[in-house]
Amino acid sequence: MDFSSFLLMRQEIILLAIILLLLIAEIFIPKNKKSSIVHLAIFFFGIHTAVGFFAINECSIFGGSFQTNNLIHFFKNVLNIGVFILLLQSADWIQEKIVAQDKGTEFFILLFSSLLGMYFMISSGDFLMFYIGLELSTLPVAALAAYETSKRISSESGIKLILSAGLASGISLFGISLLYATSGSIFFHDIIGTISASNLTILGFILFFSGLSFKISLVPFHFWTADVYEGAPISVASYLSVISKGAAVFILMILLFTIFKPLMHVWENMVYVIAIATMFIGNLFAIRQQNMKRFLAFSSIAQAGFILLGLISGTQLGTATVVYFVMIYIFSNLAAFGVVQAISSKTGKEKMTDYEGLYRTNPKLSLVMLLALFSLAGIPPVAGFFGKFFLFTAAASEGYYLLVFLAVVNVTISLYYYLLVVRAMFLRKGENPIPFFKNKLYMRLGLIITVIGIVVLGLYSPLYEYIYELSSIYN
Amino acid sequence: MDILSLFVVVPVLTILALVFTKGLKQARLVSMVGSMVQLGMAINLVFAYFKERAINDSIMVFMKDVVWFEQFNIHYALGVDGISVALLLLTSIVVLAGVFISWKMPDLPKEFFISLLILATGVYGFFISIDLFTMFVFYEIAVIPMYLLIGIWGSGPKEYSAMKLTLMLMGASAVLLVGVLGIYFNSNADGGALTFNILEISQVNIPIEAQKLFFPLTFVGFAVLGALFPFHTWSPDGHASAPTAVSMLHAGVLMKLGGYGVFRIAMFLLPEGAVHWSWFFIILAAIGVVYGAFGAIRQTDLKYINAYASVSHLGLVLFALLTLNKIAWNGAIIQSLSHGLLTAMFFALIGMIYGRTKTRDINKLGGLMKILPFIGAIYVITGLAYLGLPGFSGFVAEMNIFVGAFENPDTFHRVLTILAVSSIVVTAVYILRLVGKIMMGPLANEEFKDLPKATWFEKTGILLLLIPIVAMGVAPLWLSDMIMASLEPFIKGVL
Repeated sequence: MDFSSFLLMRQEIILLAIILLLLIAEIFIPKNKKSSIVHLAIFFFGIHTAVGFFAINECSIFGGSFQTNNLIHFFKNVLNIGVFILLLQSADWIQEKIVAQDKGTEFFILLFSSLLGMYFMISSGDFLMFYIGLELSTLPVAALAAYETSKRISSESGIKLILSAGLASGISLFGISLLYATSGSIFFHDIIGTISASNLTILGFILFFSGLSFKISLVPFHFWTADVYEGAPISVASYLSVISKGAAVFILMILLFTIFKPLMHVWENMVYVIAIATMFIGNLFAIRQQNMKRFLAFSSIAQAGFILLGLISGTQLGTATVVYFVMIYIFSNLAAFGVVQAISSKTGKEKMTDYEGLYRTNPKLSLVMLLALFSLAGIPPVAGFFGKFFLFTAAASEGYYLLVFLAVVNVTISLYYYLLVVRAMFLRKGENPIPFFKNKLYMRLGLIITVIGIVVLGLYSPLYEYIYELSSIYN
Repeated sequence: MDILSLFVVVPVLTILALVFTKGLKQARLVSMVGSMVQLGMAINLVFAYFKERAINDSIMVFMKDVVWFEQFNIHYALGVDGISVALLLLTSIVVLAGVFISWKMPDLPKEFFISLLILATGVYGFFISIDLFTMFVFYEIAVIPMYLLIGIWGSGPKEYSAMKLTLMLMGASAVLLVGVLGIYFNSNADGGALTFNILEISQVNIPIEAQKLFFPLTFVGFAVLGALFPFHTWSPDGHASAPTAVSMLHAGVLMKLGGYGVFRIAMFLLPEGAVHWSWFFIILAAIGVVYGAFGAIRQTDLKYINAYASVSHLGLVLFALLTLNKIAWNGAIIQSLSHGLLTAMFFALIGMIYGRTKTRDINKLGGLMKILPFIGAIYVITGLAYLGLPGFSGFVAEMNIFVGAFENPDTFHRVLTILAVSSIVVTAVYILRLVGKIMMGPLANEEFKDLPKATWFEKTGILLLLIPIVAMGVAPLWLSDMIMASLEPFIKGVL
C-alpha cells in the first residue's frame, strides 16, 4: 500500500483536518470574537463541499475495509450539500444562542464528527468499519440533541436518543456476530460468496436490519423519532431527519443489493410489510400533530416508508430512484425545517396555529414552506413529484401494483396534513400572526439554495440520468 | 417556438409578469393581456388546424417531441387533433371571461390571478400533451391551485370545501397514477420499448387481463374529475364555495379534463377494458345523470343548483362515451364544449347576482328582470340553452347523444337511454322554475330596487361566452366536421 492511496480518502481527510483546525482556532480566537468561529466553519465546510466535486477513482483500500466508487462519492457530495445548507440555516441560531454559552466550536466539531462517521459507514467494506462508522455517526448527535442545556426537554431528547441508538446498535452488532458465525468473515466481498439462507443467517440479517431500521425510523422502530425531534434543537432534528436518515438508507440499500442479494426472497417480504406499516403509521400520526417539529418527524417517518418502495425492486432502477429521491428529500425537508428554524429562532413559536396568517406578514417564508410541503407531498412541478413517481415506477416495474396502490393512498393522506399547514399559512388570517421579520444573510442563502434545489432537481432530467448511470455499479 | 408550446409558455410568462405587478389594476391588466393573447392563439390554432388538416391526415398534427427523461422514455410530446383544438379554444374563452368577471377582486388580487393562470397552464398543457407522464404532470398542476383559490377567496364553508375537493381530486389522480404505470409497463407487450407516448401505446395490443385490471383505475381516476356518481360529492360543495371565476373555470374547463382523459387515455388505450367494463360504468353514469337532475330540483342555493346540474350534464358526457357509439361520442364532445360555455355563463351570472343582492337563496330572490334587464335576459337565454332548446349548443349535443345511444339495439342500453333522456324533462322543470322564480314575478325585496346595472367588464365577459354558444347552435357543422374527423382513430381502435 503506498501513500497515494490515502488521497482516495480525500473527503474523510479534509473533514478531519477541518475538525482539527476548528479545535486549534478555538484556542486562538479571543473570547469576545468567538462568533467568528461560525464564519470560519461555514467557510471551511464550503471549500470542503466544493472540493468534493472533483472526481475520485473507484478503489478499495486497507485490505478492503474501506471502499469507494462514483456512486458513494456522489452520495457523500449530496450529504455535504445538505450539511452545508444546514450550517447556513443554523448559523444565526448558533451565533445568538450557542456562542453566548461558549459552546460554538464544539457544536461544529460534534456535527462534523458525526458526518465523518457517516462517510466511513457508507464507504465501509467490512462490518467492523461499518459498525465504527455507525457509532461515530450517532454518538455525537446524542450530545447535540441535548445541546440546549437550559431546556429540560432537550436533555430528555438526548437521553432518549442515546438509549435507543445504543440499543439499536447493540442489536445490530448481535446480528453482525451471527452473520460472522455463519459466514466466517466480516468482509463484504467474502460474505457475498458464502451467504446462504440458513436460519441463523436469516436471524442475523433480521437483527442487523432492525438496527439500521432504528436509524431510518421505520415502523416498528420509530418511537424515538417524534420525541427526540421535539426536544432537540431544530438544526439537530433537521440533521437527524435528512442527513442521518439519508446515509442510513444509502448503506442499507447497498448492503441489501450486494451481500444480502441471495436473501432477497426474505427481505422482499419484510420490506413489503414494513413499507406499508411505516407509510400508514407515519401518515396517520402526522395528522394529529400540532407541534411543527413533531409534525415533520412523522412526515419524515412516512417518507421513509415511500423510500422502501424503491428498495423493494432490488434493481438498478431501484438504486437510482432511491438515491434520487433521497437527494430531493434532503432539499425539501431542509427547506421545511429551515422555515421552522427561522420562525422559531425569531419568535420561539413552533405550533401550527402560530403559523396562521403567515402569508400576509411573511409572504416569502410562506412560499418557501409551500414549495417544501408540495415537494414532500409530491405535487408537480416541484421535485418531490418526480422523486415519488420514479420510486413508484421502480416498485411497479417488479409488479408490486398493490403496494403502489397503497402508497398512492398514503400520498393522498399525506396531502391532507401538508395542506393543514398551507391552510394555516394561507387561508387563515390569524388573531396575532407572526409579525414581519427579515432573515439574516446566511438563513436567506440557506433557504434560497433549497428552493433552487426543489425547483430544478425534478425538471432537470440529466441529473437523474447521471445517477442512473452511476447506479449500474450495484447490479 | 412551435405553435403548441406557446400555450404553456404564454401563461407562464403571464404568471412571471404578474409576480412583478403591484395592486389590483396592474394585476388585472397583465392577466387580461395575457389571456387575450391566449385567446388569439387559440383562434389562430383553429384556422391553422384546418389548413394543416387539409394536407396532413395523421392522427395528431403539429407534433413535437423532446426527450425528457431518457431512461424512462418520458418525452415532452405535443400534438393536437380536432377535439383538443376545440377544448383549447373553450379554455381560452373561459379564462378570458373569468379574468373580466374578477375585475374587482378585493383581496390579494395578484395571488388570485397567478393561481388562476397556473390552473389555466395546467389545463392547456393537459390538452396539448400526448405523453402520459407529461399529461399527468399538467393534470395535477391544474388541480392543486384550486385549494388556494377556493380556500382563500371562497365563501361559506370554504376550508372544508377546498379540502374535500382537493383530496378527492388528488386521490383520484393517485389512483390514476397506478393506471398510468400499469399502461406503461404493458406498453412493450408487442416487443417494443416501454413508452408513455399515447400514439405508440395505441398501436400496442396490451394483454386483455392487464386491460381489465387497469381500465377501472384509469377510468375512475379521470371520471372523478368528470363528477362520476358516486364520486361527485366534491363538486357541489366546491362550486358553492368557490369564487365566481373559479367556479367558471372549474365547471367550464377543469371538469372537461375528466371526460377528455376518459376518452383519450382510458378508452383509447385500453379498448378491450372499456368494452369489458362499460356496462358497469354506464350504469353509474346514468344514475349520475338522473340523480344530478333531481338533486338540482331540491336545492335552493343558486350555485348548488348549478353544481348538481353540472353533475347531470357531465354524467351525460360519460354516459355518451360509454355507449361506444360514434354519434354519441360526437355528441359527448359537443356537450363538453356546450356545457363548458353554458355553465361558465351561469356561474358568471350567479356571481353578478350574488355580488349585488348578497344572497344566493332562490326564496329570497324574485323579479330581478325589471331591475337588471341585461343580466336577466342573458340568464333566461342561458337557461333555455341549458335545457336544450334548438338553436343553441345544448340541443345539438343532446340530440347527438341520445340518437347515438339509442342506436344500441339491446334492451339494457335502451332502458338506460330512456332513463337518461328523462333527465331532460327534469332539467326543464328546474330551469324554468328557477327562471320564473328569480327573474319574473314581483320583486322579492324592496332593497333590490337600487341594484347597480351590469358594468362594461361584466358585459364583455358575458358576451365572450354568449357568442360561441349561439355560434355552436346555429352553425354546428364546422365543429362537427372538426370533431368527426378526429373520431376516426377512436372508431377504428375501440369499436
